[in-house]
Formats: sequence, structure tokens, C-alpha cells
Amino acid sequence: MSTTAPERKDFAANKRLREIMGEYFAQLGRGPAEGKKTAWCTSVGPAELLWAMGFNVFFPENHAAMIGAARMAAEVIPLANAKGFSPDVCSYLTSDIGAYVKGASPLQKMGLSGPPKPDVLVFNTNQCRDVKDWFQFYAREWNVPCLGIHTPRAIGEVDRALVQFVAHETAALVEPLEAVAGAKLDVDRLREVIGISRRTTERWKAVLDMGARAPAPLTFFDGTIQMAPAVVMRGLPEAADYYDLLLAELDQRVRDGVAAVEGERFRLYWEGMPIWGKLSALSGQMLSLRAAVVASTYCNSWVFEALDPNDPFTSMAEAYSSIFICRSDDRKERYIEEMIARYRVDGVIYHDAKTCPNNSNCRYGLAQRMMDRTGKPFLVINGDLNDMRLYSEEQTRTNLEAFVEQLDQS
Amino acid sequence: MPLFGGIDIGASTAKLVVIDGQRRVVARAMRRSGVDYAQTAQRALEEALAEAGLTGAPVDRFFSTGYGRDNVPFAHDRRTEIACHGKAAFHAFPQAITVLDIGAQDCKVIHLDAAGRRTGFKMNRKCAAGTGAFLEEIAYRLDLNPAELNGLAERSVREAPLGSFCTVFAATEILEKIRAGVKVEDIIKGAFRSVVKRLVEMDTITGALVLTGGVVAHNPLLVRLIEETFNRPALVPPLPQFCGAYGAALYAAESFEQLNQPSTG
Repeated sequence: MSTTAPERKDFAANKRLREIMGEYFAQLGRGPAEGKKTAWCTSVGPAELLWAMGFNVFFPENHAAMIGAARMAAEVIPLANAKGFSPDVCSYLTSDIGAYVKGASPLQKMGLSGPPKPDVLVFNTNQCRDVKDWFQFYAREWNVPCLGIHTPRAIGEVDRALVQFVAHETAALVEPLEAVAGAKLDVDRLREVIGISRRTTERWKAVLDMGARAPAPLTFFDGTIQMAPAVVMRGLPEAADYYDLLLAELDQRVRDGVAAVEGERFRLYWEGMPIWGKLSALSGQMLSLRAAVVASTYCNSWVFEALDPNDPFTSMAEAYSSIFICRSDDRKERYIEEMIARYRVDGVIYHDAKTCPNNSNCRYGLAQRMMDRTGKPFLVINGDLNDMRLYSEEQTRTNLEAFVEQLDQS
Repeated sequence: MPLFGGIDIGASTAKLVVIDGQRRVVARAMRRSGVDYAQTAQRALEEALAEAGLTGAPVDRFFSTGYGRDNVPFAHDRRTEIACHGKAAFHAFPQAITVLDIGAQDCKVIHLDAAGRRTGFKMNRKCAAGTGAFLEEIAYRLDLNPAELNGLAERSVREAPLGSFCTVFAATEILEKIRAGVKVEDIIKGAFRSVVKRLVEMDTITGALVLTGGVVAHNPLLVRLIEETFNRPALVPPLPQFCGAYGAALYAAESFEQLNQPSTG
């Protein structure tokens, strides 16, 4: 008995992706020598403000995901656990702090000694409380300021009062940031950066929208790699330019009828965090099952359509309060329902990530409700974003195979 | 008459059946899964055929399932254990059913509609609670052979409840109960109840309830406790421990018949 799995198809654009990401990290490394200040920012934090004020911006979540993807997490998480951070809290936090304790980093392979030391840390609690706890650890460690925006969670309608509150908190960052930067904020520069971010976000959305084509020219697994510029470089012109290049290649794939998953038989939606240490294995299994994960909430979480250069603070507040993760379940359900229809998916995979309750959306009956509403079957995978001690290879493999068997019978 | 085979290489044991065209079991074997699944499968097949007086008989189509499903060189195809347990259970009870399969390493809840189509399924999390491994650990702690558990639990008149989710913590609870002088049979019945509690929290039951797997095969008291808890009769197919293998053999038979359908063209 043998099954030949189709190959994963790389993008020619990846060469350029590696170049711009390499340059991004090299700039972070050169920053202090060039007199540039470094700000650490949460991935859906007010990065535009930081770029506009001349900071190099580093995203610890990106670093933590790299630790996960490099399969370094298992050796460093216990070091953070020993420091008092429970194995039950965010494994991005424990991976990153554990790596710091060990003096290890995937950036060392890129010639950096590790993450650049911050001059200031800026969080937004729109994702979770853990980001604040995470940043405060480093603030204590290095005696640098830790500033933040306290966006509420489980938001229903993003109304005027909420946007005003978040805009006010964002504007309140300016003065302390100016003190660190040693310069005043130039609002015109902020408008310019927001314009670039808006352009990046539009291009990134266009990339993800390509997954709606049948067969899909890219998958969620491609998305987890391709999303890097949309997260860490969204306020820099290279990111939007890169997506123009990728879009051209995707257009060509569509014209040529090239499928990301050769012989695409089923189309699936991924809800929840990626399992960074298992992306390759999972992608390979889906290829062999000829099931394409054509869309995800996760990759779409860096689409900020509300950004408006004409109204910088209010539009940033609206954009960063509208993201899926900080919304109420009824809003999340509406969103997923719309995605299921738009991407014409046959079923939904929910990843219940043990250490990420804030982005494990199947814990309050949502998966069952969505199946009742849409008629699309679902599968829950128990795992984690980074902590592979919480992941069972065999159970996940069997679950995915059985789910595709189930789709096959109907 | 053609023969079809199925093997379920599970976490603990490998089960193999050979069936005929009428779907009757004509040979079967069970042995420890061991560490060399290919060899285990080969030996199980030889043993089953020899015991049935069919040594050397060709098996026309053979499917594998279970953890070791990818390691059976002579299998023509494979299905997951979820598919196979559902298939066997529906073959025995052709109606809308929920199958609870309690294996050594995992539990499964499988929903099938009245036509035998799967509408959903769940496996336990990465945790041994509610599985055969849990009962094996309890037997070890009590210095018993797992085969003795059911007989002892049947004698219990005062069940000792276990509160813990976790196999390791449950074992600690048991040590406390031993120290407090609680009778062994009461502890075992408490452990059985704990398995049932884990099943209850996995999913809801739709349609008739069917139980499969080795734990059910060896512990009739557990079947009664499940019936009591779910407040409905539990249907147990013949050879519950062989259901996965039997389901695989049913798939093999179907596949053979499809491949050998007379051409209508």
C-alpha cells in the first residue's frame, strides 16, 4: 500500500520575501549603532505611531512564532515556567521569556545576537492580558518604560464611545513616547505611515482573497509564511511592494489553473492559532489528503480596513478594536459564517490551543452553533501554538484523516 | 468464496479478522501490538488462518486501521479506526447510532445517521482519563491483574468516588483510600465510574447507544454503569474488541465487490 503525496509548491516570490525579512532584521540589529531607538510592539499594537516617531519596531510575537517554528520552544518554555510563568499561560510568552533566560534566539541564525534591546515597550490588550504581562517582564528586566492601550474585549459593536476611548489611550502614548524618542511626533509623517499600512493591508487582503478561487492557488500554510511582512513591516513600503509581486504570481497561478493542493478535493477553514512546530507535517498531511485549507481567521487578522490617513488616531483605534480576537461571540459567528460562504468551504477545523484561551474560539459552544447554522461539519484539534508537550501527533493525524473520510462520504 | 481481512493495530493490542462474502467471521487473532507492526500483522494473519484451518488461504482484499494502519505491508488500503468502528457498529445495528469506543489509549464518540453516514466524531484529548490505560494504571496501583477488575467491582456495595480527572492524580487518590482502609472492590467500582464520567463529558448521545472496544469486552459492569448513566440500553455488537478489525474487513469486502462489479458498459 502506498500513497504518493503531492509536493508543496513554493512561490518564486519567496526569494524576495527572504530578502526583505532579512533586511528588516538586519536593520533592527544595526539600530543602536545607527542611533535608532527600538520599540517593541504587540502584533496588533499601534505600530504606525512608533514608525512615525522614528523607532525601529520589533514584534516579540513574531519572535515567539519563530521559536515555535524552529522547534526550540520545548527546550526554553520550562525555563520560563521555572521563573514563575505557569505552563498554562500563553506559550508565546513562555517561549520568548524562556529563550531570553537561555540566551537563545532563532535570530542568531541570521547573524543577530538575539532580539534588539528595547528602549520602550508598547502593548495593546486587544488580544489578551498576557501581552502586558509579557512586556512588563522585560520592562522590569531592563528598566525601560512599558506603555499600553487597554482595549476592552468581547466587543459587540465597535461604537463611537469605544473608539473614542481607545483613540484617547493611543493619543496618550504620544508624550511618553516623545520623551523616549527625543523628538516630537510629526502628524504628517504619521498620516504617511498609516497610508502605507493601509496599502499593505489592502494588498495582503487581496492575497488572502485568492484562496476563494477553486482550486485555491495558496493555502493557510502558505499564508502563515507570507503574512510576515503584513505583521512586522506593514508601515514600510517594502511590504506592500512585496505583496504586489506575490499577487502577480498568484494571478498567474489562477490563469494557469495551478492548485496549491494538487487535485483539490475538499476546501477547509482553519479557525484559531497555527501550530507553529507542526506546520510542515500538517501541510504535508493535508496535501496527501488532497484537502486545501483555503482560508483562516488567523491570517486575516492583519487586515485593517479602517485605517485612514485623514483621521490617524480615530482610525487606528477603530482598526485595532475591530479585529476578530477582541470581538463577542455573535460577531465572531457572523464573521466565520461569511468566510465559510465566501471561500466555499466544506468543513471547519478549530484549533483549541491549550495556552491560548483568547484565540481558541470553540470553547463556548461556537463550533456546534456554526455547524447548526451553516450545515458545515467541524473538527476540533487539541494542541497549542508553541508548546508541543500539549500536542499529540497521532491523535491529530487520525482526527484529520477521519474528518476528511467523513467529508468524502457525503 | 473470496475472503476479506481487516487488522486493527491499536496502542496495546492488534486485532485481526478474516470474513467471507456473507460478512461472517471465519478467522481471527489477537496479539500484543509490539514494536514491529509489520511483523505483528503478518503473524496475526498466519495465526488466524492456521487456527481456522485455512493456512495459506488467499485473502482477496485486506484493509488496515488503528495506530499502526500505515505499517501493514500487505494491506491494500486503510481506514481510520473512527471509520471502522462506525462501520462495524452500523453493520450490527443499522439505525441512527452513537458509538462509544473505549480503547487502550483513546476513547471515541462516533455519530452515524440512519443511513450509516457519519455526522460527527470526537476523540478524547491528549489524556488517558477514561481509557483502558487508566484502568490498567489502577490495576497496577492495586497490585491486580486487569482481568480481575470486573469481578472485584461486581462485589462492591459501597462505591468509593474518585474526584480527579487525571490518571496520575487518581492514582494518588487511590493511595489515600487504601490508607483509609477503603475496600479494594469499592475503589475499583469508583474507577469504573470515573471512566463513565469522562465519557459523559465528551459529547451528547444521539440515536441508539452502541459500545465497542476492549474495555467493554472485558468489563460487563462498565456496560451496566454506562447504561445507568446515559439512561438508555447499550447495544454491544459481537466481539466488541474486534470491531475495528471487523469494520476494516467490511470496507475491504465492499472495495473488492466494487472493483469486481460486472461492467455495464
